[in-house]
Amino acid sequence: MLTPREVLDQAFLDVRSMLLEIAATLDRYDDAKGRLVGGERYQAGEDKRLQTIYQALQILGQRQPGRYRTELILELFSSTEEEKA
Amino acid sequence: MQIIQPHFHGIARTTQDYQRMAMSGVVAVAEPAFWAGFDRLYPETFIDYFRQITEFEPIRASWFGIKHYAWVAVNPKEAENLKLAREVISQLPEFFRRPTVIGVGETGLHKSTPNECTIFEEQVELAIQHDQLLLVHTPHLEDKLRGTKRILEILRGLPVNPDRVWIDHVEEHTIRMVKDAGYWVGFTLYPVTKCSPRRAVDMVERYGWERTLINSSADWGPSDPFTLHECILEFRRRGHSLQEAIELFHNNPARFLGQNPKFEIRPISVQVHSVEPAVAWTG
Repeated sequence: MLTPREVLDQAFLDVRSMLLEIAATLDRYDDAKGRLVGGERYQAGEDKRLQTIYQALQILGQRQPGRYRTELILELFSSTEEEKA
Repeated sequence: MQIIQPHFHGIARTTQDYQRMAMSGVVAVAEPAFWAGFDRLYPETFIDYFRQITEFEPIRASWFGIKHYAWVAVNPKEAENLKLAREVISQLPEFFRRPTVIGVGETGLHKSTPNECTIFEEQVELAIQHDQLLLVHTPHLEDKLRGTKRILEILRGLPVNPDRVWIDHVEEHTIRMVKDAGYWVGFTLYPVTKCSPRRAVDMVERYGWERTLINSSADWGPSDPFTLHECILEFRRRGHSLQEAIELFHNNPARFLGQNPKFEIRPISVQVHSVEPAVAWTG
């Protein structure tokens, strides 16, 4: 298995690239929202998906979440019995 | 290195894929029956599909020395039509007798509807009745957690032997419940929607390689049979030995699939020979 330093040595550039993809998507979203005019005004607060993305980013921002971050985020993106009923 | 690709939809791939897989170490593939991208209308369409994966695909694979095996089933996306599904299921025992058919798959759930659950249960019962291996598809994305729980619940109510059941497409949030229940787990390496090679190796390091089958699926969607090779490379890059890689990517599929005596490939091991010092040729 890898040492912590080796993990970063191998993955740092890839992680940077993936984070930039997320940043670019959110920038694109804000730009698109800014282009809307008049009656098209978009109410971001109604889009649950955007809230979920920011919740996931909060999980990513925790240095010691106590559980694997992957599990927490997958659970966040999972449907519940109530939603499917 | 010799590799077994345990979940591969050859029908959706080119002959060149077979050739390239052979050139990069793949010695066998197992092809489950799956969704064609549209809902089929007639039982006969399924039957012809089963003929294709049990008659033509083994020939195409053999051109490059690859052994081809197949699973037959009604996939969960087409289980909604009970009448059609049951007509197809009634034909499956004929295919169990074919020389390269190794089990019932891929059955399982997609949206976990009552009809899907009914057809899944009936196919599990058929597999038990005919002593067939079982390959279970778990749902995608947001449906995976709920669907995997439902699959385990259904299996708990039936007299299945977990040694003979492979539950596929697990991810970090479903692997533990499946492993704890004693089943084989499968990681499917898809570029976006399932598991990446790196995450697969993370899970192997976290939960061990026992009862684990890694595959590319490689169907008509955005997929690639060589994600399996990417995973092997990632595994080796992290310092795992060649023998450990063989255990995971060759011997585990050989162990699971070899429970059906039709699957002829057996586990292998690396043998290192001591080499005598070279002697200069003196003429």
